[in-house]
Amino acid sequence: MPTTRQLIHRQRGARSLDLAADVLVIGGGPAASWAAVTAAETGARIVLVDKGYLGTSGATAPANTGTWFVPPGVARSAAIERRQKLTGGLADPRWVDRTLETAWERLHAMAGWGYKFPNDDEGRPYLANLRGPDYMAFMRCRVLRAGVAILDHHPALELLSDDGVIAGAAGIDRQRDRSWRVRAGAVVLATGGCAFGERMLGATGLTGDGYLMAAEAGAVLSGMEFSAQYALAPRPSALNKGLPFAWASFFREDGTRLDTAGKDRHVVVAGAMLEGPVWAQYDKAWPELQPWLRQGQPNCFLPLDRTGIDPFTERFPVTLRCEGTVRGVGGIKLSGDDCSTGIPGLYAAGDAASRERLTGAVTGGGGPNSSWAIASGNWAGRAAAKFAAEAGGSLGDRQVRGLGQAGLRPSAATNQDLTPGDVLQTVRDEFLPLPRNFFRRAATLEQSLGRLDAAWAELSRHLPGEGVGAVKSREAAALTATSRWAYASALARRESRGMHRRVDLPAADPDFVCAFEASGLDHITITRADLASRAVAR
Amino acid sequence: MIEIVSERRCIACDICVKVCPANVFDPVPRAAPVIARQDDCQTCFLCEIYCPTDALYVAPGAEGPTPVSEAEIEAAGLFGSYARALGWRRGKPGGTDKDPTFRLRVARR
Repeated sequence: MPTTRQLIHRQRGARSLDLAADVLVIGGGPAASWAAVTAAETGARIVLVDKGYLGTSGATAPANTGTWFVPPGVARSAAIERRQKLTGGLADPRWVDRTLETAWERLHAMAGWGYKFPNDDEGRPYLANLRGPDYMAFMRCRVLRAGVAILDHHPALELLSDDGVIAGAAGIDRQRDRSWRVRAGAVVLATGGCAFGERMLGATGLTGDGYLMAAEAGAVLSGMEFSAQYALAPRPSALNKGLPFAWASFFREDGTRLDTAGKDRHVVVAGAMLEGPVWAQYDKAWPELQPWLRQGQPNCFLPLDRTGIDPFTERFPVTLRCEGTVRGVGGIKLSGDDCSTGIPGLYAAGDAASRERLTGAVTGGGGPNSSWAIASGNWAGRAAAKFAAEAGGSLGDRQVRGLGQAGLRPSAATNQDLTPGDVLQTVRDEFLPLPRNFFRRAATLEQSLGRLDAAWAELSRHLPGEGVGAVKSREAAALTATSRWAYASALARRESRGMHRRVDLPAADPDFVCAFEASGLDHITITRADLASRAVAR
Repeated sequence: MIEIVSERRCIACDICVKVCPANVFDPVPRAAPVIARQDDCQTCFLCEIYCPTDALYVAPGAEGPTPVSEAEIEAAGLFGSYARALGWRRGKPGGTDKDPTFRLRVARR
């Protein structure tokens, strides 16, 4: 029997590409790569499709990320307990523990595979940090070695269903302008979070595509109100990597210093930015620390070096970049320990999945999300392979139906004057500004939601999505749908908790130690979910 | 955003066409790729480090194009500067074993 790679080669001149696999992984970041590697370990045939390139796609590749890496035993129990207090009581310690356990195992496996971790000052390998470009280049090699067929620049446009069971996906090869279809026994969505069109690292792929596809299949989103994470960046760069800012002072235009002592500097800077421009300087970095910062975070210095600024001695303008659900929390609700979604054959991993059980109401940015990508990728990959094996049967004989609607199959006559760029601008205008999303209040949330609902009504009826153009149309639909779930959830959570800051309801309310689930596309339903009942549902 | 594909440095290997996650380049037969969709660039600088001949330059401004000339980037020694800072060479990874970030994670703040 020919391998999948041979079949791809044979079809290279064909007008479309048609494949079968046991598991289809959609995405090109760490969670996707771990899902592919783990699923392939079972002997299953795996295809991985990504909108971009497995190695540079996603939020991790351009970054240098810590991992949440804690040894088993007393230290881990203490770390879980410490963190639980920060999460607004929404995390589930059992999920935190199993995330840490799987990440611990797999990071040791990476060391065994030959990833070059640095040695710490005692000469021991330091496994709690992964440099993005190198990590993802390494994972690409592991995925290829595992026998996975990788299709770069093959954005998925829709899931395929076989009578309610997810049976693959279809999309377009955007560099050859031809359609593709992969029928599969199970699908893992590892498409990342949603950055709402922000100019930040990784945002090109992070448009909520997986959320939209999952919702069209009937899946539920959870924790979408936790989508107000913002990161500092030198203006006008895309560098939303905050580590050097730990040693920064911040200033108003007139040179007066902002008081950040003992406060969340993002909140202080956001407040000041409502009044005028804010500047920063890494003046708290002592001389010995400066070369470590430069060598360890070289990307953070590119915008400054390339404009001739010495950030240790000079001030530079900063901005806050909206990281949406990337370093926020919300995503596809997981219904079981195996990253199942409640839709047969559909699994979610990484930032595509809700991380409430891990981080509650606060950001999992950096270490926790990085460990989550490893752990959830492993669980989803294994479970998807198992589901496909148990389903059995000949995949090629399955009668499948595409589930894509808005941006792909408009429900009324197309309007060629309506462009994805117009829709993107609406999402940016309603979701990125600090007075709308960072500092929330009922009146502005309702106003924005009204405009986004109107944009959805228009695009779902009239936005054309043909050929390669369907990629941007689907992104526009996904961005709009995601912003609506986020704001509808934000209206339901009538309190402030973690990154969800309601200026009109500034206190946390003990009655809201719960989750909010969003479902539906044309009509959105928000449902309150009790955490205790979730915790026992395995 | 991506600003320069140096025709003088480029060997037309089209690696940038393949690795750009935003698909901003189009290949040109036997010539340097062209920047076809600059507004899609996410200013991640990753094309620079994958380029085996340091032929690409990404300006740090992410919100729109920045007019720059190849001569000034060459004179400033900025071609390949990110790759050199990381320890990547000829488009291949390297340097993680010398990453001192572990010191930053525990440093006093």
